[in-house]
Amino acid sequence: MSAFQIVFLLIALLTLFSALMVVFARKTIHSAFWLILALFGVAATFATLAASFFVVIQVAVYIGAIAILIIFTVMLTRRSMEESGDQLLPGWGWAALVVLIVFGGLVFMLLQWQGIFQPPQVLTAGGENLENLGMALVMPDRYVIPFEVASVLLVAAMIGAIYVAGDHKKRS
Amino acid sequence: MTNWLEDPIRWIAEWLYSVLVGWGILPSVADVILMITGAAILSTLALLWVLFLIWFERKLIGRIQDRFGPNRVGPWGIFQSVADMIKIFTKEYITPQGADKVLYNLAPVLAVASVLLIWAVLPFTRSIMGVNLNVGVVYIVAVGGGGVLAILMAGYASNNKYAFLGASRAVAQLISYEVPMVISLLVPVLLAGSMGLNDIVQAQSVPYLVMAPVAALVFFITSMAETGRAPFDLVEAESELVAGYNTEYSGLKFGMFFVGEFLHSFTAALLFAVLFLGGWRGPFVDQVPLLGLVYLFIKTMVIYFLIILVRASVPRFRIDQMMDLNWKVLTPLSILSFLVTAVIAKVLEGQFLFQVLGLLAGNVILLVLFMEWGERRNKRNRRPMVSQPRPLATPASDETSMAQS
Amino acid sequence: MLTDYLPLVVIIVFSVILAFLVVALGHLFGPKRPSEKKSMPYESGMVPYGPGQRRMTVRYYLIAVLFILFDIEVVFFLPWAVAFRDLGLPGFLLMVAFVVVLEVAHLYAWKKGALEWE
Repeated sequence: MSAFQIVFLLIALLTLFSALMVVFARKTIHSAFWLILALFGVAATFATLAASFFVVIQVAVYIGAIAILIIFTVMLTRRSMEESGDQLLPGWGWAALVVLIVFGGLVFMLLQWQGIFQPPQVLTAGGENLENLGMALVMPDRYVIPFEVASVLLVAAMIGAIYVAGDHKKRS
Repeated sequence: MTNWLEDPIRWIAEWLYSVLVGWGILPSVADVILMITGAAILSTLALLWVLFLIWFERKLIGRIQDRFGPNRVGPWGIFQSVADMIKIFTKEYITPQGADKVLYNLAPVLAVASVLLIWAVLPFTRSIMGVNLNVGVVYIVAVGGGGVLAILMAGYASNNKYAFLGASRAVAQLISYEVPMVISLLVPVLLAGSMGLNDIVQAQSVPYLVMAPVAALVFFITSMAETGRAPFDLVEAESELVAGYNTEYSGLKFGMFFVGEFLHSFTAALLFAVLFLGGWRGPFVDQVPLLGLVYLFIKTMVIYFLIILVRASVPRFRIDQMMDLNWKVLTPLSILSFLVTAVIAKVLEGQFLFQVLGLLAGNVILLVLFMEWGERRNKRNRRPMVSQPRPLATPASDETSMAQS
Repeated sequence: MLTDYLPLVVIIVFSVILAFLVVALGHLFGPKRPSEKKSMPYESGMVPYGPGQRRMTVRYYLIAVLFILFDIEVVFFLPWAVAFRDLGLPGFLLMVAFVVVLEVAHLYAWKKGALEWE
């Protein structure tokens, strides 16, 4: 096993463990903090691929912004700071079965794909071409439609948030 | 081998490397040893530097307020912060009842680490820097998120209502001001065509303060807000909240937040110098690279001096003023300056002198127009003055104007 | 390659360790005399009542949503700004369209009073 694989396995373990803790944590707020660690693990996975732009974006957007939003949202809810008792629902056996089947299916599908056996293509330092990415965002034959639609999506999110959180009584 | 006169630090590093390899250590291991040494020196120096910063600030503010400031320990009181540090080491840690132990203890560590991490990408001279990261600008933003998390953790884990309130206020302020800060960071990126901090410095044959003064202004204001200094210190408004998110911390755990805040404001000044004042650039820097360190230091201290001056002379904002300033002034202004810069840089591409002059003119016009618009808006919905005469004391004819307040 | 990130990893690890060390030093030198009164949450000398954490105002949530909106906007801007020199007029106009749509959201929030903090 090369050092690269060891690093990858460690990061994967960290990510999976904290993702599990998100589910198993007794306090909702702890789930939110474990989620941050899981997101950090994903950023580290990007780092093993030398995709530095995605590393910093993952940290800046997911940990710096979305995790904060999630923590705020958790703090909005009642009893977010108290222990919620047993985390298992009555029908957890069935759920576990479904999860196993889906997981098996995913593994099977991935094994069909040749790419899974190839070593990851690692970029050279600075080799990721940010200019290409920037150009692709505004090129009609590349990603211009998703790019512009993204702005509309963001607006929709904004309007929804204002509608949900706005003070309806005062303005009417 | 570099000449030691030209670049002593690099020379020392190469010398150490050759010594280590000479001892029969593998080159890759020697590399790691050098990196660890470098990281150790850099972060320890940064932390010790805070001692000087605290003294400097106390002395300066003392003078501004017509006091002496610290003047007992050592010449000009320069060892005052050393004495304070030794004292704080002997203080007891008090953990409040019902605190979330892990998060409670993690928060101060994260608060300092997140500031130290910024130093990893700063170019101190042409060759001395932790990492020449090609996404340095976003890295700074990403690392700043760690500081926000630290505050949130501290506020939540302390089990104290005031700490919680302070933390939620602090986080709201920090994330709000991150918006115009990041947008104003886009302008140097656009002008330099790169996100690496060293590339941005190298591209500044004319400091970006001249080419993008509006972005520089926005960055200056927002970085003050990001560090939570006065006039943006609502976060720890002693007269309103008990002390903010760090209420329940004692001893060095409190000290860590304190150190983090001071180091953060110095780092903000450093960043301003790197992004808008040309970093290590200056005369004769090509011949003697180490001179860059001196230039960077002078530029940084000028900005730091300005930050302290603002702190000493401007009263604290009210929270609604703080939010207004961010969402209704700085955010639109930074977006406009970004667009204006993009247009002018594109139109006058190729002729460098005209580009610089055009950018300067465009920025000034933008600022003037924006301030004019703000002035009109302010006139339209001015808040009633608190100092107006009370209704009891007013004649009957003035009653209509009073009814609004 | 991965080793390019080694200096960064070293600095990250080191600054966290250093911060831990400094806090641990305080444990070494400081006295440890906890008492019931001392470890009460500090509320200016009053006996605290109720839990230390309250539910947050929904306003903070709005601020966070607005923040994410602009944060993602900037994420799209960044590669665009890097590629700026090679872009023609269409590239510029498309970005302006993106900004305009987002500014509509900003103005909407403004007019709806979501930016007011009473």
